[in-house]
Amino acid sequence: MEYEVSVGMECHAELLTNSKMFCGCENAFGGDANTRTCPVCLGLPGSLPVFNKAAVEHVIRTALALNCEISMHTIFHRKNYFYPDLPKGYQISQYGQTPIGINGYLEIETPEGAIKKIHITRVHLEEDTGKSIHIDGLGYSVMDYNRSGVPLMEIVTEFPPDVQSGEEAAQYAENLRSVLLYLGVSDGRMEQGSLRVEPNPSVRPEGSEKYGVKTELKNLNSFRAVRLGVEYEAARHVEVLESGGVIVQGTYGWNDEKGETFLQRPKEFEQEYRYFPEPDLIPIDFDEDYIERLRVTIPELPLAKKRRLMEQYGLPSSDAALLAQDQASAAYFEKAAKSAGDPRAVANWMSGDLTRLANAANTPVYATPITAENLRELVTLIEKGTITGKIAKSLIEDMFTTGKTASALVAEKGLKVTGADEALSIVQKVIAANPDVVAKIKAGNEKSAGFLVGQIMKEAKGQARPDDVNRLLKEELDKL
Amino acid sequence: MALTPDDVRKVGSLARLALSDNEIARLTPQLNDLLAQFARLQELNTDDVPPTSHAVPVKALLREDVTAPSLPREEVLRLSPHVDEYIGGFIVPQVIGE
Repeated sequence: MEYEVSVGMECHAELLTNSKMFCGCENAFGGDANTRTCPVCLGLPGSLPVFNKAAVEHVIRTALALNCEISMHTIFHRKNYFYPDLPKGYQISQYGQTPIGINGYLEIETPEGAIKKIHITRVHLEEDTGKSIHIDGLGYSVMDYNRSGVPLMEIVTEFPPDVQSGEEAAQYAENLRSVLLYLGVSDGRMEQGSLRVEPNPSVRPEGSEKYGVKTELKNLNSFRAVRLGVEYEAARHVEVLESGGVIVQGTYGWNDEKGETFLQRPKEFEQEYRYFPEPDLIPIDFDEDYIERLRVTIPELPLAKKRRLMEQYGLPSSDAALLAQDQASAAYFEKAAKSAGDPRAVANWMSGDLTRLANAANTPVYATPITAENLRELVTLIEKGTITGKIAKSLIEDMFTTGKTASALVAEKGLKVTGADEALSIVQKVIAANPDVVAKIKAGNEKSAGFLVGQIMKEAKGQARPDDVNRLLKEELDKL
Repeated sequence: MALTPDDVRKVGSLARLALSDNEIARLTPQLNDLLAQFARLQELNTDDVPPTSHAVPVKALLREDVTAPSLPREEVLRLSPHVDEYIGGFIVPQVIGE
């Protein structure tokens, strides 16, 4: 039997703010345990939460970027459960019909290049929990509340799910991460857990109306893990169903080394959260002006930028996608490609030699000593025929280490392309010096021409244009 | 729909209350009396009343995103009798991985 895969997507992103959601403790990663806490985020009696404006605005801007409607009257709730990571005994979250953002969508690109809308049901604001530290052999766990109360945004896709494969789940996660980075609301570090992608895969026989039982996947800390985790879990569901079993609802972890999922927590341990409106927080009312002021701060988003780069500069999809991954790279490219004859050449230099050099120096491409203007000049020098691609390859190394422009280095090193006249005399000289090779060529051994080309380039110190050399050599040989 | 003693035991366990059989026997009718009061409220027609989470019409205040000093760690850890000095954290019963 054939099965269809459906994947609901839940994503949590810690928001980039200076302070926590409801108190002034610093919002940071790492550091010594329990050094960023106060009565509010420790849940001490008598403390009261106060909204962080930046966190609220981050969520509004994300909701707008995800094409959501904004709830102009938004309410916060208590989600009650007892767990050591939650000092208050409840998490402040948003439940029900009025989270900050509702009914939006994120577009992804299918492998065939088509646009697919992934509908989003809600974007809401809550607070992160503390972190439990487990050390084998201790026999107990240790709590660190530095993360307690860090602003957390949750983004949930609509049911029935639009995502239908591990590949699409990874696409969605990747595109969502780019959007968050573009907006500057999250650092998107999956490996540090500041962006947590939790897919809920289920399978059902093809054509069946009824959706299958879903399981929830956790600790997927890369896009690859998202894709493989969903694929593994969906295949496991099919196997269980085919052998007459039933899928048990629950939370599954992902073992990256083994490439398989494992049951973390069966459904029966899941809590009843007994949500109710948070009495310590007053609902927030937004007005249209405020929302519009935030709307104008939304930049061109990654997929739109990628498509525009393809259209405007004739870039292939893969290059455009790479450039659109972050705004700074795209801006660098556009600056460099502005008046260059062939923008694709600029993109090639960026993804090739420049990326190699930048990676070795552990800096992003746009922040190397080679400015966009310098790269543009290098490409222009090749296009004008002042230098060859081969020389450019060695020049870019020097440009990287010295920060000098290509033309300055050309002048300094006396590098210049051998002109066609000069190339002609070298060609004639090499022909005259190698009568036996010429004879072989004339006898039909075309391969021997390669030897002559090598001699000519050597004579020209690599500064002759290969096109010139090949053309002139052929012309001269034809004359004989 | 009246609550059974089992319902009360479950609600108690959600709130981490270890209730004795005697307590459950005493609390079950009390909780049912409370529910009966709410059942009366539910008879009211509230079709034209917007959902109200707070009765007082005040506007929420948002604070600027500025940090303030946190508590010194020693002071925080002093709040618990069970502390791992090396990690600088609160000791709790072993919990399964997140």
